Amino acid sequence: MRTAERTLLRDLAPIAAAMLAVGASFGAIARAAEIPVWAVIALSSALYAGAAQFMAVGLIAAGSPFAAVLAGLVINARHLPFGLAIGDTVGRRWPAKLVGSHLMTDEATAFALAQPDGAQRRRAFWTAGVVLFMAWNIGTVIGVLLGAAADPARFGLDAAFPAGLLALLMPALRDRTTRTVAVLGSGIAVVTTPLLPAGLPILLALVALAVLVWPRARKEQPC
Amino acid sequence: MLIATIVALALGTYAFRLAGVLLRDRLALSERVRATLPVAAVALLAALAVTAALTEGGRFAGFARPAGVLVGAVLAWRRAPFVVVVLAAAGTTAALRLLHVP
Repeated sequence: MRTAERTLLRDLAPIAAAMLAVGASFGAIARAAEIPVWAVIALSSALYAGAAQFMAVGLIAAGSPFAAVLAGLVINARHLPFGLAIGDTVGRRWPAKLVGSHLMTDEATAFALAQPDGAQRRRAFWTAGVVLFMAWNIGTVIGVLLGAAADPARFGLDAAFPAGLLALLMPALRDRTTRTVAVLGSGIAVVTTPLLPAGLPILLALVALAVLVWPRARKEQPC
Repeated sequence: MLIATIVALALGTYAFRLAGVLLRDRLALSERVRATLPVAAVALLAALAVTAALTEGGRFAGFARPAGVLVGAVLAWRRAPFVVVVLAAAGTTAALRLLHVP
């Protein structure tokens, strides 16, 4: 168990460091867009969803608060199926459900799904949830204080997040059916990305689940 | 107006997060549907990773980022340690940008 915990913390470290840096960049960008300090802090702590936060700052600065809410909620709708998938991992009792739901980001969900069901998965979710929440919010405060942060793209951090997610999904992707659904879903999302508002292409990936109702047709093919 | 925007965004997002967690207990799902839920989550996260790797603001993100993610993905498939995957992806992208690859 000790080793499992140490491995988890070691794996969390680069993602937490990247979230600290991108959080700092969010804080700096939001301040540059003349969003008040309290609002920047509120976005990172109460909304706590990176992509929606960057989009919201852009649209608020452009004077379209209504569009900011709509776009942000479309982007974040994917959290509902995350809760369906790992709801029992988040917790059985009310306080755990209420707090854990707020910590349920893409990365925390991926860290949970990378572990076998049960106590190990629960520990991974909560450790990732708490550590990443702190990293993101401390990063935001640093960005607000400095008023400027190094561009995360210079250090390739925009590649770190997708690569980290894929690595966490890898145990699940070794299952052939899951892989087929994931590859097809990713294809649908990429192809529709230029055509649809942000967030919707990701949700459309769920269409690929249709593959699961054709298992007989697939079994007939030789492997 | 600003406070209303943030409250609406935060409450709406929290509602999505909590709804999934609560619905899991309430819905009488068959074993078969229950088994597809992790597959759905993996598909969503994979779609998120691949679109984040390839696109930026609805357009092609350039070559540096997908190249880094590809290096990371291959390393992950070959069971490299997680830290190595993340650092190699970021390092590849950063190095390509140093060489002025878009």
